[in-house]
Amino acid sequence: MKIYVPMDSAAKALGADEVADALIVEAQNRGLEVEIIRNGTRGMIWLEPLVEIEKDGVRLAYGPIAPEDAAALLDGHIGTLGPVEDIPFFARQTRLTFARCGVTDPLSIADYEAHGGFEGLKRAITMSQDAIIDEVKLSGLRGRGGAGFPTGIKWDTVRLAHAPQKYIVCNADEGDSGTFADRMIMEGDPFTLIEGMTIAGIGCGATKGYIYIRSEYPDAIAVMTRAVEIARGAGALGADVLGSGKAFDMEVRTGAGAYVCGEETSLLNSLEGKRGVVRAKPPLPALEGFLGRPTVVNNVISLATVPVIFAKGAAHYAGFGLGRSKGTMPIQIAGNVQFGGLFETAFGMPLGELVNTVAGGTASGRPVKAVQVGGPLGAYLHPDQFDTPFGYEEFDGQKALIGHAGIVVFDDNADMLSMARFAMEFCAVESCGKCTPCRIGAVRGVETIDRIAEGDTGAIELLTDLCEVMTDGSLCALGGFTPFPVMSALRHFPEDFAPQKEAAE
Amino acid sequence: MKDFIIPGQNDAWGNGIQDETDRGTPAHTGAPVTLTIDGMEITVPAGTSVMRAASEAGIQVPKLCATDSLEAFGSCRLCAVEIEGRRGTPASCTTPVHAGMKVHTQTPKLRKLRKGVMELYISDHPLDCLTCAANNDCELQDMAGAVGLRDVRYEAPKNAALANHFEARDTSGATNPEWLPKDDSNPYFTYDASKCIVCNRCVRACEEVQGTFALTIEGRGFDSRVAVGAENFMASDCVSCGACVQACPTATLQEKSVIELGTPDRSVVTTCAYCGVGCSFKAEMQGDQLVRMVPYKHGKANRGHSCVKGRFAYGYASHSDRILNPMIRDSVDQPWTEVSWDEALSFAAKKLVGLQAKYGQKSIGVITSSRCTNEETYLVQKLTRAVFGNNNTDTCARVCHSPTGYGLGQTFGTSAGTQDFDSVEKSDVIIVIGANPTDGHPVFASRLRKRLRQGAKLIVVDPRRIDLLHTPHMGEAHHLPLKPGTNVAVVSAMSHVIVTEGLVDEAFIKERCDLEAWEDYKAFITQDRHAPEATEALTNVPAAALRDAARAFATGGNGAIYYGLGVTEHSQGSTTVMAIANLAMMTGNIGREGVGVNPLRGQNNVQGSCDMGSFPHEFPGYRHVHGDEVRQMFEQVWGVSLDAEPGLRIPNMLDAAVDGTFKGLYCQGEDILQSDPDTKHVAAGLAAMDCVIVHDLFLNETANYAHVFLPGSTFLEKDGTFTNAERRINRVRKVMAPKNGYADWEVTQMLANAVLKETGGARWTYTHPAEIMDEIAATTPSFAGVDYAVLEEQGSVQWPCNEEHPVGTPLMHVDAFVRGKGRFIVTEYIPTDEKTGPRFPLLLTTGRILSQYNVGAQTRRTENSQWHDQDLLEIHPHDAENRGLKDGDWVRLASRSGEISLRAIVTDRVSPGVVYTTFHHPDTQANVITTDFSDWATNCPEYKVTAVQVAASNGPSDWQQSYTAQAEKARRIAAAE
Repeated sequence: MKIYVPMDSAAKALGADEVADALIVEAQNRGLEVEIIRNGTRGMIWLEPLVEIEKDGVRLAYGPIAPEDAAALLDGHIGTLGPVEDIPFFARQTRLTFARCGVTDPLSIADYEAHGGFEGLKRAITMSQDAIIDEVKLSGLRGRGGAGFPTGIKWDTVRLAHAPQKYIVCNADEGDSGTFADRMIMEGDPFTLIEGMTIAGIGCGATKGYIYIRSEYPDAIAVMTRAVEIARGAGALGADVLGSGKAFDMEVRTGAGAYVCGEETSLLNSLEGKRGVVRAKPPLPALEGFLGRPTVVNNVISLATVPVIFAKGAAHYAGFGLGRSKGTMPIQIAGNVQFGGLFETAFGMPLGELVNTVAGGTASGRPVKAVQVGGPLGAYLHPDQFDTPFGYEEFDGQKALIGHAGIVVFDDNADMLSMARFAMEFCAVESCGKCTPCRIGAVRGVETIDRIAEGDTGAIELLTDLCEVMTDGSLCALGGFTPFPVMSALRHFPEDFAPQKEAAE
Repeated sequence: MKDFIIPGQNDAWGNGIQDETDRGTPAHTGAPVTLTIDGMEITVPAGTSVMRAASEAGIQVPKLCATDSLEAFGSCRLCAVEIEGRRGTPASCTTPVHAGMKVHTQTPKLRKLRKGVMELYISDHPLDCLTCAANNDCELQDMAGAVGLRDVRYEAPKNAALANHFEARDTSGATNPEWLPKDDSNPYFTYDASKCIVCNRCVRACEEVQGTFALTIEGRGFDSRVAVGAENFMASDCVSCGACVQACPTATLQEKSVIELGTPDRSVVTTCAYCGVGCSFKAEMQGDQLVRMVPYKHGKANRGHSCVKGRFAYGYASHSDRILNPMIRDSVDQPWTEVSWDEALSFAAKKLVGLQAKYGQKSIGVITSSRCTNEETYLVQKLTRAVFGNNNTDTCARVCHSPTGYGLGQTFGTSAGTQDFDSVEKSDVIIVIGANPTDGHPVFASRLRKRLRQGAKLIVVDPRRIDLLHTPHMGEAHHLPLKPGTNVAVVSAMSHVIVTEGLVDEAFIKERCDLEAWEDYKAFITQDRHAPEATEALTNVPAAALRDAARAFATGGNGAIYYGLGVTEHSQGSTTVMAIANLAMMTGNIGREGVGVNPLRGQNNVQGSCDMGSFPHEFPGYRHVHGDEVRQMFEQVWGVSLDAEPGLRIPNMLDAAVDGTFKGLYCQGEDILQSDPDTKHVAAGLAAMDCVIVHDLFLNETANYAHVFLPGSTFLEKDGTFTNAERRINRVRKVMAPKNGYADWEVTQMLANAVLKETGGARWTYTHPAEIMDEIAATTPSFAGVDYAVLEEQGSVQWPCNEEHPVGTPLMHVDAFVRGKGRFIVTEYIPTDEKTGPRFPLLLTTGRILSQYNVGAQTRRTENSQWHDQDLLEIHPHDAENRGLKDGDWVRLASRSGEISLRAIVTDRVSPGVVYTTFHHPDTQANVITTDFSDWATNCPEYKVTAVQVAASNGPSDWQQSYTAQAEKARRIAAAE
């Protein structure tokens, strides 16, 4: 009997380890021969711990399961949700990047290969660097960290740079509120990230990679570290990648708790052991990055998507999506929703469908007031904007951004002035302190919003001016994007900034 | 600090100041790129920032975090511009130019942005401009004006205070956690965090310019502040070079002198009077009051950088110890009597003339100063040659770099370093032998460290683990910790490796060197006895480490060698210099940028004093007195007949004095009693003379044995030139009247004329040092093209400067050696007779420290003593434990020559068997210990090797106590009647 219990940290937080232990004990009590496989998560967090029992080659879902349910589950007293793939939330997804996540044992390289792992790399090592880069360009893959810069062009810049050493750096400093795709793939399918980085290394002529993981992700750090060792042992990393004669190896590095180190240049400083402050660009990291050498800095999802592009071909990947937003996006649904979790789908689904249908509306049952997309620096969208298709340009047109595609839903209890204040406060806390608009501006932003809350409507103009200075003047996206949530709150919910509010209270 | 617009003074030769506009980012040297800024076309080198290009076009983009001594940083966001076809408002400091780019520096969007940024800055800044030390010298103030900020709209909400860094307490009296008290621990400047705008210029200057990395930013966001990683500046790694103060755009880092005196109103470019780097400074003045010394950005030796001495330690010039009136006495047991200049000069002249009459023409002589100007030194040697009628002239170079003159003269044909300091920026592998640049030549060390951070390899040959080996962020470094006295063996072993491993530059040798000499040398150096394995037992340098270093030097690209007194001050000083020259020639490292052989000369004008004919056997320009043609030329110019026999060297003068044949000495600006070896012997020599004339700022140790004291003038009080270690002739400009009444060249001329009055010769009639330089140029081929007009125009020139090289010679031996073919010389190692044994089992070597300068006459009279108030003996923990010594203990240091006591510091920076001390403090009397062994060729004393014993002690030795008592007695000045 094969039983799958996720080892993903969201599942563990909900008791997956205890469930697994209980299943072992109860199985022993019953003399049942049970193989417990700790898989990644299927991404349906409201069902976690989601236990799967394989019957006749079909994996039936049970969840959420508590440890005390173990006996009943083994005894067949708990009803199944049906085959996992048939659960509507899952069934309507297009899983390319996350195809193996939740299916395999994350640390079984045999399992990985059995599910199509290394097919992309095996193809890439037969290709010229030119052809590798062209493949990525043709796929239309854009940076999934939020900036949406075409990955192939970035790689090409590094490939064409002359230097004795080049690097691939994976940005796994996933600090945005409401995002967890990076963590899930690292914990659930780490080899796909290793494979993607290796293809990047071979394509760009880099022989060394680093995965920079935030310290708040101890499980991801442990899984990735182990996976790198396993891959090296299996010859997928090292001096002779899969017998290709090409070298690529990597290390896992841990951050020190600064949000701003998710910004690529601060990340590079931190990786070099320096203060995690933002560097001015130019020079681009692609030309002068880690230790001053040409460096690809890509988000986890960008790199983890590379293997499927090579396994199935660029055209297959580019066949999904909308306009210049090609392929699929793992959207992370959180906040006040019925069905929270990871939802990978082709670009183009309207926001309203994601919120109301996929996520099932609010968990509280109250009307949705606002949705913040793209982390703490993302704009708040009003339900009036719900027909906006999920795509880079489409969101840009709404003065919003998709960022790392985390969406956080709020019901009508949310006070948008408080949310705007929080955005400024977040910026003040996380600012690296280098540029003036962010360093002083964020603090002044909090104070100015407090004045507005006190009824000083004149301060709204000052807040607007400040947001303009921060947008135009900040060195990086932290200060530069903080005005997105602030100004969108002000624009769409002016009533929350009006003085009568205080009087009414 | 911002650049003053200070009117020039009405001096015949100007104040030396060129355009000092801060262009925001460093210059580049790429191919020309043409772009348009505000409709104006401008062509600049590729790599130039938009900000700098705008500045070149006469458009100053507002800026705060940018300054052209530092790489662009992009933090203040004031310098934003708009570029056609590009989104947003990129910072002009970090955006490089592109061909055809169309830039706009003033648009409504930019004006609003800049005003908004300034509004944020000013919302966190105390508005005490009128009483601020940087008032009218503050870039923040300037920028608030430039962007038209008229209103700061940020206010506190009702429920809280406005977050800020400048109020100690808020209106409710609560302590402001962001406020920090002023740090005034450094004697020369203060750090006031409440005025800091976190532009990082100080931190970047400490890293990029100075290379100490003492400063950092602590905290993040609004909590970001400059921090020193210690309780305060004084307790930190800060070396007080002043780069941070220089870089600060506000009063956050501010000179205490400016806080006290206010901002200067005029400025004169001059040259530092400390070490041989020869930094250019602006003396910033109010009337004749010196307000501060600021490194001059167009100074070609220092490129706008400074060290704690040149930047801050000028207080000695107005110290109360300065003697301002001439004094005389019949014998040294009498107190001094203050007299008029006429009386003092007449007293001296009569004595000198009388001594010559009684003991012969050669019974008197002079010692020239390496601290005075070229013109002054020229006059002093002229005094002995033309007025005294002998060649008894010597200088302190005798005790430092005389072997350099000999060794490089023999091999290359000229007695000076081959490069300019800029050259180090092109070096790939750098050998430093017997020099400690971070202490001795700090500004050059900063430039060297910058190159090391860029990846150049370092090879240090030194008994001590010098600070250069701790350069942050440097690459490959080799340390060969040799036993003192074995330089020749180590350098020869490196050559052995290079020759036997086939790493020589055959083409260079074939084309540029004397092949017969090369073959002889090759036969010598390839002998097995020079192999590192064979010399290891002798030198203590592991053979494998030596081989690695030799290979790194021979194969690492441009190889440069820098050396100091650790090379020259040995019995084999001249041999080591020649061994170094051999090493450079065999690897082809001569005659272009990035390579060369470079003595780091100790004193501001030691190069110049040698050039000016201070040695007893050479006229100015290193021409032997035997040579009839040159001598006859001088006879014609000077109108007297000259002696064709070389005169006495300093040690010979002292020996002759003890023998009773040398009776009178004019010693300008040198303290031989403290600085020369074997103090007791020097004292005996001086005591045996009948007329010792000391011409100095202070009653130095030599003056304890003097009969005439002539007050000297400081470098601030006279015109002239200094020549630095790169042969650079820099102008010294008078910024105030001599406090003693006369510049030193005037005093020498008055002494000459007093003697000539007795002997009936023709008077000297110089009215300005420029006339002396004209005479030098007329008589000395390598100076033929030098005059004050050229110096004014060029800022400085490196000799040779003549018809062939009208603006000087940055690099020597480019196409051919000065002597024709480079000559390899066999360098047999002959160990010193100074050997360790059971009585004296340790080797003492000496050196200097950053904050003090040589005998300390100047620096001890400044706040620099806060860093180093006594000489300490460094001893290895192993040797200390054997003797039961610990940090701070009084120890007795004894050699065959004498014994002294000082305190010990236990450190593994020295190897076991080696002890080290400095010689800055006269009460230490370190030279009581050193012996009278000296270089075989030049008599340069062997300061760097003395066999000693160290033992616990209770306090100063008998000699030190009796000397101190005697010195106090000798310094008495009779009360005015």
